[in-house]
This record gives sequence, structure tokens and C-alpha cells, in this order.
Amino acid sequence: MSFDVTAIRKEFPILDRKIDGKPLIYLDNAATTQKPQCVIDAIVDYYTQCNANVHRGAHQLADEATRRFENARDIIAQFLNAKARHEVIWTSGTTESINIVAHGLTKLLKAGDEVVVTAMEHHANLVTWQQACLQAGASLHVAPISDLGELDLDAFDALLNENTKMVAFPHVSNALGSVNPIKRLTQKAKEVGAWVLVDGAQGAAHGDIDVQDIGCDFYAFSAHKIYGPMGVGILWGREDVLADWPVWQTGGEMISRVSYTESSWNVLPYRLEAGTPNVGDAIAMGAAIKWYSELDQAAVQAHEKALMLSATEQAMAFDGLRIIGNANHKVGAISFVMDSGHPADIGFLLDRQGIAIRTGDHCAQPLMDRFQVPGTARASFAVYNTLEEVDALFEALHKVKTMLA
Amino acid sequence: MSLPSTTEIIEDLEFFDDWEDRYKYIIDLGKSLPAMDEALKTELRLVKGCQSSVWIEPGQDGERMTFVVDSDAIIVRGLLALVMAAYDNKTATDIDAFDIDAYFAELDLERHLSPTRGNGLKSIVARIQAMAKAAL
Repeated sequence: MSFDVTAIRKEFPILDRKIDGKPLIYLDNAATTQKPQCVIDAIVDYYTQCNANVHRGAHQLADEATRRFENARDIIAQFLNAKARHEVIWTSGTTESINIVAHGLTKLLKAGDEVVVTAMEHHANLVTWQQACLQAGASLHVAPISDLGELDLDAFDALLNENTKMVAFPHVSNALGSVNPIKRLTQKAKEVGAWVLVDGAQGAAHGDIDVQDIGCDFYAFSAHKIYGPMGVGILWGREDVLADWPVWQTGGEMISRVSYTESSWNVLPYRLEAGTPNVGDAIAMGAAIKWYSELDQAAVQAHEKALMLSATEQAMAFDGLRIIGNANHKVGAISFVMDSGHPADIGFLLDRQGIAIRTGDHCAQPLMDRFQVPGTARASFAVYNTLEEVDALFEALHKVKTMLA
Repeated sequence: MSLPSTTEIIEDLEFFDDWEDRYKYIIDLGKSLPAMDEALKTELRLVKGCQSSVWIEPGQDGERMTFVVDSDAIIVRGLLALVMAAYDNKTATDIDAFDIDAYFAELDLERHLSPTRGNGLKSIVARIQAMAKAAL
């Protein structure tokens, strides 16, 4: 197996940090992953070598910046197996990507139309559609999940009808780690002629994505959850859908022709990229995706599966700990609660031992209500985590339990 | 069980030199803090921290201001006990005059426990101070 976690760890300078004298164990990767040196270098190199505004400068720096920026777009297009590079829109992240689609949808919806989401949404893939429906007089329908944290497929299918205009669901649940059968869900939604958006925030870093194979209309994800910088992300959309999607922000590159009475819009991808883009971070995102894509994907997936398996086994054997979300197909994250303390207590006491996890409602309050918990503690894994770190987590949790007893 | 005074707490905490003992002391304080009646834990009394919830119910005992506080996290309850030692059953003048920042500095809490960590403590302190000012 061509996968050496020790070598990979060496590429992430932050992993050498100590927290209160203890080596950092970073298990909050679903919130944001750490960045390899090559991504940090890409940012530094951009600002030290070729910072310029893109697409418009009549000088060498502008040419270089534009070339690097558009080259990064090519890398993303290839990563997603997009049919065309202009289907890839730079955004500030998943949330903005979804907002662009929801904003356009508001203009396309009419009273009586329906939008379907799932009970495992992050707020960004819930509130956006809720607000679009409220504005347009359309109705929002939520497909329920089982006690295991799996989408109820029959109930999902039953919500679809000829009034369904948009169906949105997460590739992977951020709070539970459940992986959705996105291809199957897309097919069903397409049978009633709905648009489909896949929230890929948690999916992009954990598996092969082929947007053509999935068959969806939109796929949204953030750079910072897949080893890239913060503040940049992607909205991928099918050309025939994006080409006419109502524009969201106006100004800058997105305009083709302006008079005082009217304006016409530029072609894709620029019509949806208003203002000066986040060039440096886009280039660094390209570096991150290139770095990630060059890893042996089968080996990466096997490694992450081993981490999840070990964590799940140790969690199940832990007296007084309950896993929230036991879907058959999970990736990246394990959420849990403990009898001996609130998730915040667990978080405090793990932090003191150098272990970073996330605690709280994971921006998924209705989902927490569904499981009748105030929040959970969530350990989430990335390519650089080790089985020893998983063991250390559970050793530390035993200490937490003793201290809270 | 009644809570120790601010001076006692400062002395107690000085005594421990390892983090586990300090945390255990805070946890025990949290356990000894009288619980708020579940029926009182409504939206009205809620101070939302970013990770845990904190509730506060002000009262009056003659000249003195009283508070019932609670949290769903034990460690936050412990931190609330530290705040109660300073504020509960004191007059508005005493509360207004009390230097809470100096008190926390003297407690020398771990950074994890400091009231700025988004654990709802800061909002509770601000709310009590505002109530005391209004009552002056």
C-alpha cells in the first residue's frame, strides 16, 4: 500500500505543535482540516511573486495571476469530472455556493412549488431553502431520518411530486457522518424534473466525486475542509442550468455591457463571479486539490476507514458512552454523548489533554432535537490522523469519565 | 451545602499545582451549586453560550440581590459557582464595587476556564453587573 501516514504528517507543519506541553491531536477535521506545506507555499508564492488582479491587467503579473487562477479552475474541474471548466464557479465557500443557488431559485419559484431537504442538514443547506420558500410562497418539506441516522428513502421518495422544484441533501452529514446514496437520490428527484443540489462540504474530502455520474445539477464544497485555505470554495453547476440561473451579486467581471438603464451579463463562469475574486486562495485551493488528488485514493480511503472502525469499536465498548448516528455507511466523523457529562465538559477536558474535537450542535439544531440531545462531542478524522491518536482519544475519554464521576 | 467565599476559593485553588486537581475542584464546586428548578429553565432566563446553556433567575432578599443560576455543563456550573461566590446575596453597591477581573486574575484559572472562552460566563457577569447598576 503506497500510503505512509508518517510521511504525510511531515507535510503538515502545524502537527508539530504542542498544546500545554502535549502533542496536538487534531480531531476536528470536519470543522476544518489542516494545510500541507505546499498549500501554504502556494499562498506565499502568489503574494510574493505574482499578485495582480485577474483578467484585466495589461501587464505580465496580471497575465501570470490569471493563468494560475484559471489553471486552478481546471484542477477543480478535473477533480469533479466536470464536463466543462466554465461549470466551476469560485465562491467564498459552501455556504455562499448554496446561497447563490437559493437566491436564484427564489426568482424561479412560485406559490405552490415545493422544495425538499433532509433532516440531517447543516443550517446552510436548510435555512437558505427555508428563506427562499418563505419569499416565494413555496413550501419546504423535510425527509426524515431513522434512529440510526440514515435517510428514510421511502419517505424521501414519497415527498417528491410534480410540484417539487428543488431537492437538496448533504453528501455526508457533518454531525453524524452518515453518507447518503446521492446518485440514487438524484435519480429519484430527476424523475419528477426537480433540480438537485448536493451539499458536498463533508463529502469532497472523503471519496471520489464524479458530478456527471451523480447526475446532479449543483455540487457545493469548501476548500478549507479539503486541505485548502479558508474563504474560498466551489459551486459546480451543469452548464445548461447555470447559463440562465438568475445572477446573484452584480458588479465587476460578471458584467458584459452596461448603460445607465440596463446591463447584460457575461458568460459562464464569470456571470456568477461578481467583484474581484479571492485569487490567492483560489490558486492555493488548486494546489490543495492537486495534492489530495495525487494521493493513492484507495489507500487513503482504507486508512480513514481503519480510523473510523477503530473509533467505532472503542466507542461501542466504552461504558456510559453512546454514539449518535449509527448509519451503515459512515465516513469521517463519529458523534457521541456521555452519561457522565455534557459535550462541553468533554470538550474542555479533552482540550486540556491536547485533543481537539468539536462539541455543540454542529449548526444542525433540528437534527440535535431529533436525537433529543443538546449537542454532541464529535471526533472527525483526516488523512494525517493515526490509529495511535484514536487510542489516545479513548484513553483521554476514560480520564474525562473519571474526573466527572 | 453553602458555597465557599471568594477568599476561600482563591486560597483553595492556590493549593493545587496540577491541572487535574484544579479541574476536579471546579467540578466539585459545580456539583455543590444548588440546581435550578427545571420549570424555570425557560428561554426567558437563558443565556446562550456557544457550547452550553446557562440560565439565571434574579431575586431579592431585603437589600441583597440573590441569583439562582444553572448550566447543563458541570464545568460551567463550577465556574458559575465562582461567580456566585462574588455576587450572590450581596447588595447592589457591593456588586458594583467588586472587581471581577481582578478576582479572576487572582484565581489564575487555566486558559480553558477563563471567562472569555465563550462559555456563557462573560454574559452572566455582564448581566449581573447591569442589574446591580440599575438597582443602585
